[in-house]
Amino acid sequence: MSVRVTMTLNGKEVSAEVEDRTLLVSMLREKLGMTGTHVGCDTSQCGACVVHVDGRSVKSCTVLAAQCDGASVTTIEGLAKGNTLHPMQEAFRDNHGLQCGFCTPGMVMSALDLVARNPDPSEHEIREWLEGNLCRCTGYHNIVKSIKAGAQAMRGGK
Amino acid sequence: MYSFNYRRVSSVDEAVAALGKAEDGKLMAGGMTLLPTMKQRLAQPSDLIDLSGVGALAGIKREGNRIVIGAMTRHADVADSAEVRSAIPALAHLAGRIGDPQVRNRGTIGGSIANADPAADYPAAVVGLGATVHTNQREIAGDDFFTGMFDTALEDGEIITAVSFPVPEKAAYVKFPNPASRYAVVGVMVARTGGGVRVAVTGAGPSVFRVPAMEAALAKSFSAAALDGITVAADDLNTDIHASAEYRAHLVGVMAARAVAAAG
Repeated sequence: MSVRVTMTLNGKEVSAEVEDRTLLVSMLREKLGMTGTHVGCDTSQCGACVVHVDGRSVKSCTVLAAQCDGASVTTIEGLAKGNTLHPMQEAFRDNHGLQCGFCTPGMVMSALDLVARNPDPSEHEIREWLEGNLCRCTGYHNIVKSIKAGAQAMRGGK
Repeated sequence: MYSFNYRRVSSVDEAVAALGKAEDGKLMAGGMTLLPTMKQRLAQPSDLIDLSGVGALAGIKREGNRIVIGAMTRHADVADSAEVRSAIPALAHLAGRIGDPQVRNRGTIGGSIANADPAADYPAAVVGLGATVHTNQREIAGDDFFTGMFDTALEDGEIITAVSFPVPEKAAYVKFPNPASRYAVVGVMVARTGGGVRVAVTGAGPSVFRVPAMEAALAKSFSAAALDGITVAADDLNTDIHASAEYRAHLVGVMAARAVAAAG
């Protein structure tokens, strides 16, 4: 069975015909060409595929595209404004918050959900929040630093 | 994943009708267990009936001395609810430690208890707090709801609509989490109510269970010391790659004592 899924993706309405069983991440990458969202483990553990659906971070390998019909979806591609990186992306660059970079899109999207709930998270709160995001370069230290700096920049540098 | 027909419904009645018509239909709540299971081809429903569009099933309210949580309420919303945090902080604490943030943003209380995973957290709350499970057909006492590993008292076509929790005098939930999945290797909910003390254990056995010897001791003296010398037998407990039955039996005592101390 196939189904037409229409969603607001990074502020623009998009639509695609997918199978009922198509995962959100597959629709994003294969139908819509949005390859910034990565497939890591494909078993809802690693968090490389984290995107926002209606403002909340989810693992897009464990959500059906059909479940997102009518939803608002934000991916890593939706953060920068032209050539200006989002403050959280800029913080990852400034703090060397990535090594190979594979986990980074998920880390950034997860971090933004945290900051939306808690604009000034402590190091401990950031580490707890990242339970669902794995970095196999084990570069967590700089990722945590990046998120702290990104949160500060988003608060206006205070 | 094998192929299936996806259907989003907007009412419980519509869900029941869709289930009735399907060859081998399955309800989906948050999908946090069902979708991974289907991806591994361990389940092959002909039809997936998505309850997320049934607005009436989500939400948290206080009714007298009870907190009523709609079946489709996400774990994150239970954890963050001011109502739950003030009335039953142990329940908010439990919900806030399920899986990871992304799982808590999708997973629901109804989906969790319908699945009845032996290592899930919510069964300890349903039994330990003496909750009532409300369905489209009846009310089921928490003590009668879980009937075995991945098995519940739900009949075919019966849909959980809400879970209501009486507000205890004090309660706490402490678990020894698997460090990768955050499932409970052993989790213990201890609660004191006007009716006595309840001790419910998840993760250790095929299904959540109470420990009458601990409940009796805590009813006399609500202190961690009251549990000294009380053990549970390892005979019927789970052994897997994460822990032996003997280790789980040991953890029941440790987690119970910590829960009593945390409840204060």
